[in-house]
Amino acid sequence: MDASEIEHMIANGIPGARVEVRDYTGGGDHFEAVVVSESFEGKTLVERHQAVYNALGDAMRARVHALTLKTLTPAQHANRR
Amino acid sequence: MADVAEKIQSTINNNKIVLFMKGNRSFPQCGFSAATVEIFEQLGAPFETVDVLQDMEIREGIKRFSNWPTIPQVYINGKFVGGCDIVRELYESGELEPMVKQALAAGAGK
Repeated sequence: MDASEIEHMIANGIPGARVEVRDYTGGGDHFEAVVVSESFEGKTLVERHQAVYNALGDAMRARVHALTLKTLTPAQHANRR
Repeated sequence: MADVAEKIQSTINNNKIVLFMKGNRSFPQCGFSAATVEIFEQLGAPFETVDVLQDMEIREGIKRFSNWPTIPQVYINGKFVGGCDIVRELYESGELEPMVKQALAAGAGK
């Protein structure tokens, strides 16, 4: 599993999302993802993370040991800069 | 399976704050579980922990129960709050403390 594979899976599952994934140990199982999507507007953090987990499906359960998630709306992302 | 769900339900009903985690509060077996314990200790809030490594049924059962694929998982006042990232985010934004205080103040139950 590499970071770009995860990026694609999330982007496919959440159309229009901007996704950045980093493999922070280099071992192919610990990742950090920032996901920015309009669809997060009005959603709780739990709902946002669930949307990302759903996009990853079985890969999340079987192949990814740890995924640190930041889920932002475009407005929140702009404020972080 | 029904039994596991019932067991989980009764644990979160009977405790204001529950951490389903790997290991226990003195010896967390995973960095994310450790970070979550530390946040609740910082808040000085009493909390119950369930070591999922001790019980395979709970370990898998809690993932279905919460529709959440990872451990740790935090419940406050019977409500699923999230995993390590969300708890950390709520802590840093100052939202977690009032949630915890409110939960502990509500009712006289444990």
